[in-house]
Amino acid sequence: MIRVQTHDFDIGKEIEALKQGRTDIGAIVTFTGTVRDADGTVTAMTLEHYPGMTEKELERIEAQAHTRWPLQASLVVHRTGRLTAGDNIVLVITASAHREAAFEAARFLMDYLKTSAPFWKRESGPSGDKWVEAKRQDDAASMRWREG
Amino acid sequence: MTRLLYFAWVKEKTGIASEELDLPEAVSTVTELIAWLKTRGPEFANAFEQDRAIRTAIDQTHVRGDAKIFGAREIAFFPPVTGG
Repeated sequence: MIRVQTHDFDIGKEIEALKQGRTDIGAIVTFTGTVRDADGTVTAMTLEHYPGMTEKELERIEAQAHTRWPLQASLVVHRTGRLTAGDNIVLVITASAHREAAFEAARFLMDYLKTSAPFWKRESGPSGDKWVEAKRQDDAASMRWREG
Repeated sequence: MTRLLYFAWVKEKTGIASEELDLPEAVSTVTELIAWLKTRGPEFANAFEQDRAIRTAIDQTHVRGDAKIFGAREIAFFPPVTGG
């Protein structure tokens, strides 16, 4: 399942909802991305996205993960709008019978999401606002799954 | 009519988020469309100046510069994505 929302998410509740009524899951991996202010330059971040395409891309990426690994369930939640330093941005949960699939699928989902889901971050800080630039290493991380 | 959408700094530079346009018949690919958009005025020339840094989606699917725009209902232009 995928969700794009402005409000925060509760990781514990999301795991419970994912597990509810099933006993075939043996491994659950979660990844949470948060607003980072490593050197006092970021006080807030605004996330813009492309409504419609965002959901379509996230669903496509999730479907690919389910094709590549034996997942029992998965969840991707991405927030949009204005967030402040320390706030949650993104949550990925993968559930499988064994840990390898859950770990790998979670990493795959994040690597692909970062290079294909249409979100854009704008950072605000004491010296003004600026659009975050895409990183080459994110492209490399995503390409790695294509070779494999 | 084709709906054109602009996001992030592309939107800031063009000054608009979206518009409906009749595209010239001579324009057949994304690269040609960008070249034509640049001729529409200083805002567009500026927004598309670094055209290699701009990504395009046709009907909400990522495409490359050589993609044909024929039949497209929605074409979006944006910087490389930075979510996650």
